[in-house]
Amino acid sequence: MWQPNASITALRQRAAIVKTIRCFFENRAVLEVETPNLSQATVTDQHLASFATEFVGPGFAQGQTLYLQTSPEYAMKRLLAQGSGCIYQIGKAFRNEESGRFHNPEFTLLEWYRVGFDHFKLMDEVDELLQLVLETRKADRYSYQSAFMTHVGIDPLDTNVEALQQALVEHGMGDIAQIESCEDTLMQLLFSQLVEPNIGQQVPCFIYHFPASQAALAKIHGQDNRVAERFEVYFKGIELANGFHELTDAQEQLARFERDNVKRLADSKAANSIDRHLIDALNHGMPDCAGVALGIDRLIMLALAVDSIDQVLSFAIERA
Amino acid sequence: MATFSTNEFKAGMKIMLDNEPCNILENEFVKPGKGQAFSRVRIRKLISGKVLEKTFKSGESVEAADVLETELDYLYNDGEFWHFMDQKTYEQTAADAKAMGGKEKWLVENSTCTVMLWNGTPIVINPPNFVELEITETDPGLKGDTAGTGGKPATLTTGAVVRVPLFVQIGEVIKVDTRSEEYVSRVQK
Repeated sequence: MWQPNASITALRQRAAIVKTIRCFFENRAVLEVETPNLSQATVTDQHLASFATEFVGPGFAQGQTLYLQTSPEYAMKRLLAQGSGCIYQIGKAFRNEESGRFHNPEFTLLEWYRVGFDHFKLMDEVDELLQLVLETRKADRYSYQSAFMTHVGIDPLDTNVEALQQALVEHGMGDIAQIESCEDTLMQLLFSQLVEPNIGQQVPCFIYHFPASQAALAKIHGQDNRVAERFEVYFKGIELANGFHELTDAQEQLARFERDNVKRLADSKAANSIDRHLIDALNHGMPDCAGVALGIDRLIMLALAVDSIDQVLSFAIERA
Repeated sequence: MATFSTNEFKAGMKIMLDNEPCNILENEFVKPGKGQAFSRVRIRKLISGKVLEKTFKSGESVEAADVLETELDYLYNDGEFWHFMDQKTYEQTAADAKAMGGKEKWLVENSTCTVMLWNGTPIVINPPNFVELEITETDPGLKGDTAGTGGKPATLTTGAVVRVPLFVQIGEVIKVDTRSEEYVSRVQK
């Protein structure tokens, strides 16, 4: 078990891809930044679990809880609010409770923000990066509503829990339909089992305008408040990236965090303290921008045509 | 009651589902970046043999099945039950026709079988992969015809019927693969 999971050849290919990504951003004058992995606050997402540790040292005699970041989003937004302009980061992110063929609890994220872009313009840029690294052709692009209607046969913007449960029953997942009554979870399950395997097989596929209830940190669409200006990228059954036309309204952001915590409590999870630094930065003013997080390990899996994340990691969690 | 959480799931684990013991064949962790995590599991029901897919929410617990695989020697059939014995403890166990599942036609006295026990009762019997049985009945055919095109049916001492090459005759002992139920070779007496 002392030996690496990835072959040395795979690690050389990995290094070459990371170099290509850095060149891509250098050519576009996007600034590389580093933000802390250890932070005093974490996310309030209902379905993210963070690792926590305790710092004891000068100035922190009583100890200070520090969280390993699930993504560098909040810190990067504080840089944007301070006038950094367009920025990118390649760094580690940490998510507890996640391990599998496409998940390692510690993984590498590429996250970037483009000032003045909306989500459509950022999708164009993500596509250019994918074409460069994966040598793909122009990606497909569908709205969440049209993809869901095509592959599930239900309008996700005009449905209810019973209809979604019924669709699960019809597709052999009646077991979970019986115990799950959260509309978003039912929708996500149908999406992952019926839509994802059927899109983006030849070329990557962008899915945009997620239901507003799954907005996360995206703006709600100006003309249609049923959807959020959020997109995801899928390729060969892998969820590769998640992007937003970023929410810049501090009050709305705070309200969403508080709603998240209500859901966490309902789910018997602890409420997480809200990252006040982010709220303060938004109050100060963050420029209109679009941002995206892309899983580097999964990108390398696709480039190397391997079917497990372990094959592109020097040491996966079992050997870490 | 022992339970397993989805975090303990792995291939080969035995769990209870619909009151039936099941074997996990494959377990895949599914989680949209912003969504609930699930385990998509492929399961074989051990009694009916049915293979199905099942979705569990991450963190859910399921009852463990008290299933044990052991090596037992076949003793005899009393007309209703097939009796087996543990060579170490001399403890005897009886299997019904449902547990035998048609495998009884490969049972030779004193042969060591793999027996799956659920709560101490046999539910699946696997005879040795290869058994040697004598042919009691087969078409004599043409002597010297060794072309072996298609072969012919032959009945064995246990009542099992397999296809054998044309040159194999009554009274000869043959080796059979019990998994594919196919003739392997003749055995020198």
